[in-house]
Amino acid sequence: MITFSSTHLIYLIEAARWTLLLSVLAFIGGGILGLVLALGRVSEHKPLRWLSAAYIQIIQGTPLLVVLFLSYFGLSILGLDIPPIAAAGLSLTLYTSAFLGEIWRGCILSVPKTQWEASNCIGLSRAQQYRYVILPQAARIAIPPTVGFMVQIIKNTSITSIIGFVELARAGQIVNNSTFQPFITFVFVAIIYFAMCYPLSLASRHFERKLNVGK
Amino acid sequence: MLSYSFDFSFLLTTWPAFMRGAWQTILLAGTSIAIGFFVALICAIIRSGKNKLASGLVGVYVEVIRNTPLLVQIFIVYFGLPSIGLRMSAETAAVIALVINTGAYGSEIIRAGIESIAKGQLEAAECLGLNKFQVYWHIILIPAVERVYPALSSQFVLLMLSSSITSQISAQELTAEANLIQSETFRSFEVYLIVAAIYLALSVLFRVVLWAIGEVAFVRRRKLRT
Repeated sequence: MITFSSTHLIYLIEAARWTLLLSVLAFIGGGILGLVLALGRVSEHKPLRWLSAAYIQIIQGTPLLVVLFLSYFGLSILGLDIPPIAAAGLSLTLYTSAFLGEIWRGCILSVPKTQWEASNCIGLSRAQQYRYVILPQAARIAIPPTVGFMVQIIKNTSITSIIGFVELARAGQIVNNSTFQPFITFVFVAIIYFAMCYPLSLASRHFERKLNVGK
Repeated sequence: MLSYSFDFSFLLTTWPAFMRGAWQTILLAGTSIAIGFFVALICAIIRSGKNKLASGLVGVYVEVIRNTPLLVQIFIVYFGLPSIGLRMSAETAAVIALVINTGAYGSEIIRAGIESIAKGQLEAAECLGLNKFQVYWHIILIPAVERVYPALSSQFVLLMLSSSITSQISAQELTAEANLIQSETFRSFEVYLIVAAIYLALSVLFRVVLWAIGEVAFVRRRKLRT
């Protein structure tokens, strides 16, 4: 009879590195695509606005698990023999971009209109307005909700265990299969997730207080 | 490379199974939302109350749930609890996990609503001679929930979508039904395309129904259009 021991705990912690790596991948990919979407949502061109809104609605209206299955089976239809991490990274990127796009759109819109007008008056082009006036101010507002959303990303990487990607949740299942001690195993898995997420939650709240200090 | 030909002919025979799955998801999510709302309400009341110990305990509950994945919460309820003597069906475990999850998120939303009630409102109500219970009910709770109702609705739609994760403990719902269909038809991509479309329709349906409930429940909002 194998019982839950420190070896298992170390195995879980090592698997948590994959959770972190996947989260970073999703954040970078989703961040780039999300910025494009946010700019599309506030664009002057109607088709662009409409397209990015439709994308966001579709992704936010389907479960991440189904997006994951579609990425997994879709990539194999393309004839690519892909490792699970590619499907996992793709689906998390799509998911993250839709939510970050919507969050950042709100941040861009919350920059006062007079900033647009003033920067227009001094002859900046639209790209320059974004680069030097709007985005730096929007970024300040965006920090608390973005850090808060990172918690969602880390938690949602657990779903990729379903297609066999060995990260923390999958490692928990593997340990459980050998020890038959599901309660203690998954409580430890939960503790490790908590240890990764809670600092970010606290940081998000801290940034929010700092931002609202004048109010 | 792209020699794949799409084939949706399996729909002819499996359509009833998809519909059954959709209905099961509606039941599962609907039950969890209804119970979860009351858990959230009670937690929000305790959290914003004067009892420091109770408020702290609810705070711990909220933080623990909000910082751990739903999948792991489901595993603890379904695989973990039986090992300490609590046995239940997959559906019961799914509802319990979803209620615990949505209770934590919902209570934070409602608490924000309670905290947004201006103090002048309470003083005005006291001047009108309302008793403590009346003040709490009419001046604090109902307007608070009314104010955060849009945020609550979004949270409930997200809950419906994440109920797909309960397919992992083979609870009866749409994704589990789809997993079964794809293992029989081998048309994985097409099956999940259909499922994505059904979830999209369900999220629109939930939004409309939740909006309608809000219209009926909040008389003042309907009359004032605020």
